[in-house]
Amino acid sequence: MTMKKTTLDLWVGLFVAAGLAALLFLALKVGSFSAFEAGKTYTVKASFANIGGLKVRAPVKSAGVVVGRVTDIRFDNTTYEAVVTLSIGNQYKFPTDTSAAIMTSGLLGEQYVALEAGGSEKMLSNGDTLRLTQGAIVLEDLIGKFLYSKAEEGGSGGTQPGLAP
Amino acid sequence: MSDNLVEIRDLSFAYTDRLVLQGINLTARRGQVVAIMGNSGCGKTTLMRLIGGQLKPTRGKVWVDGQSVGDLDFAGLYRLRRRMGMLFQFGALFTDMSVYDNVAFQLREHTDLPEEMIRDLVLMKLNAVGLRGAQDLMPSELSGGMARRVALARAIALDPMLIMYDEPFAGLDPISLGVAGDLIRRLTDTLGLTSLVVTHDVQESLKIVDYVYFISEGVIVAQGTPQDIRASELPYVHQFVHGEEDGPVPFHHPAPDYAEELGLAHA
Amino acid sequence: MPETLLAPLRRLGGRVVHSVWRLGLATRFFFLTLLYSGTCVRRPHLVVKEIFSAGVLSLIIILVSGLFVGMVLGLQGYETLQTYGSEEALGILVALSLVRELGPVVAALLFASRAGSAMTAEIGLMKATEQISALEMMAVDPIARVVAPRFWGGVISMPLLAALFSAMGIFGGYLVGVVLIGVDEGAFWSQMQAAVDFRDDILNGVIKSVVFGVVVTVIALYEGYDAPPTAEGVSRATTRTVVSSSLAILAWDFVLTSFMFRGV
Repeated sequence: MTMKKTTLDLWVGLFVAAGLAALLFLALKVGSFSAFEAGKTYTVKASFANIGGLKVRAPVKSAGVVVGRVTDIRFDNTTYEAVVTLSIGNQYKFPTDTSAAIMTSGLLGEQYVALEAGGSEKMLSNGDTLRLTQGAIVLEDLIGKFLYSKAEEGGSGGTQPGLAP
Repeated sequence: MSDNLVEIRDLSFAYTDRLVLQGINLTARRGQVVAIMGNSGCGKTTLMRLIGGQLKPTRGKVWVDGQSVGDLDFAGLYRLRRRMGMLFQFGALFTDMSVYDNVAFQLREHTDLPEEMIRDLVLMKLNAVGLRGAQDLMPSELSGGMARRVALARAIALDPMLIMYDEPFAGLDPISLGVAGDLIRRLTDTLGLTSLVVTHDVQESLKIVDYVYFISEGVIVAQGTPQDIRASELPYVHQFVHGEEDGPVPFHHPAPDYAEELGLAHA
Repeated sequence: MPETLLAPLRRLGGRVVHSVWRLGLATRFFFLTLLYSGTCVRRPHLVVKEIFSAGVLSLIIILVSGLFVGMVLGLQGYETLQTYGSEEALGILVALSLVRELGPVVAALLFASRAGSAMTAEIGLMKATEQISALEMMAVDPIARVVAPRFWGGVISMPLLAALFSAMGIFGGYLVGVVLIGVDEGAFWSQMQAAVDFRDDILNGVIKSVVFGVVVTVIALYEGYDAPPTAEGVSRATTRTVVSSSLAILAWDFVLTSFMFRGV
């Protein structure tokens, strides 16, 4: 019986160790701890005229490096703009005149917020608002604009007078 | 303290709609082997569960060692049960444990004895039922008679004051039957126990018991010492003791008239 | 005429009342089990023994199934992603499907049919052979001694099994995707790592598997404890364990998923 008991204990020990190792593998190799947990971040707000398809939890990148995440998206009833809250890691410092733009990774990829540092001496702190923003480029608008300018070219040639301004 | 270890007064019990026991009066004195007999399904096992507190009486009282079983709270009932042993019909050994561990079970659960002392006690109990050599076997490797003897060793592990046997003789060959009967008598005498034996095996139990109660249809129909019972002229007892096919207990289950059911009555 | 209309309604009502009644009893049973878990703390070896029968004995089926599920995901995922020219995202696809859904759910379904049915059958047979009654007569509470250790054994084993299933599945996806088909190894792992978040994906997966562990073991133990003490009763209870715990796993998965991944 004692013999049996120790082998049983050994098996259970192996099983628990393997299970924990699998969890550790998932945590370290498969996933990544988001470095932007509460407490180690500061938040700034930015208003955009159009956020396109930006979602909560989308990355915030600067020079291609992920420096934070989008934590909240709201609609402002007075300015009719989208207010996006960005949570940025404490180790990343940006000047107060940093600009934010909503970009798309690849042609059809996910959208993210790109930060471009300015030249100010003062650094952003928790709760600040970014003044310089550029909203998402909406593909439909772009195509519309393209067609419009094409039409304009054609219009000056006199072939399509109906579309001339 | 009274001389009666088990005392039952005016006990009735009903499952939701079916009355199983009615107006039972029964006494077992300390040191006695008392048999409760009756044909199958007469409520014997129910009576045992009432004494063990697994069921609560609908009416009347059961006293064990001066305590009214039905009125005890959970803790009180469990304290009382530590001083009772019960032998189930087929032993009810724990199938995932060896014979040794089965007998040691209560000692490990209820005492803080060191393992060496548990070992000595287990071997003593196993020796008392003649199965010290079977300590390493698993219950699946035992014959029916042996399993019941192991269960008996397990039941006496904590030296109880009362042991209840549920059909200890059912399905045993003649040799095991004799062994089981002797064992019940001997353990009762040497350990100063009181034994309650629920059985329908008249011949074997009459050899070893001090007093017999006959139950039929939930009421006690006869009682007395084995001599009284053997000499009894009561039709039910006579039928039971002598194993006659028909009598107060009919051979046929209640049924409509035979000829009519076969469709011969019209002819 | 109205009787023919009323009879099915009455049957339906009876079934609903009966199900609610059993659900209530099972819930009560669950809280009783928690209440009587003190013994497991005082005698941890009782739980260790049950981790062996619930966890270690389910290991083979979990590991092998995990590997194959991952390999199938690798193959199918590659076929689909190739159409869009984004084979590198294979790692993301395999890892997210496993960690969020397939790992906890499939491991729990396998656990229900392997360990859950065994628990039901074991307790049902203990009841049928009067071992439960014997425990009561020996002043040992069966919930504390038999049910609670099995409950904790199952609840501890389940997340570990799910993690092993996911890890094995990702390895299977890696085998097919990288080793066999030749997706770039660096892209496979790095894209996976960038897309899988510890808290939102992995931790939520673990929470799911813990909930499934509780659901499956409670159903299995309750069915066993409630089974009529006959051969037929035990076999029907075992079937019911597998059916109802599978349904419960899927239903709970939907509820948990809708809470966990709503904003994403």
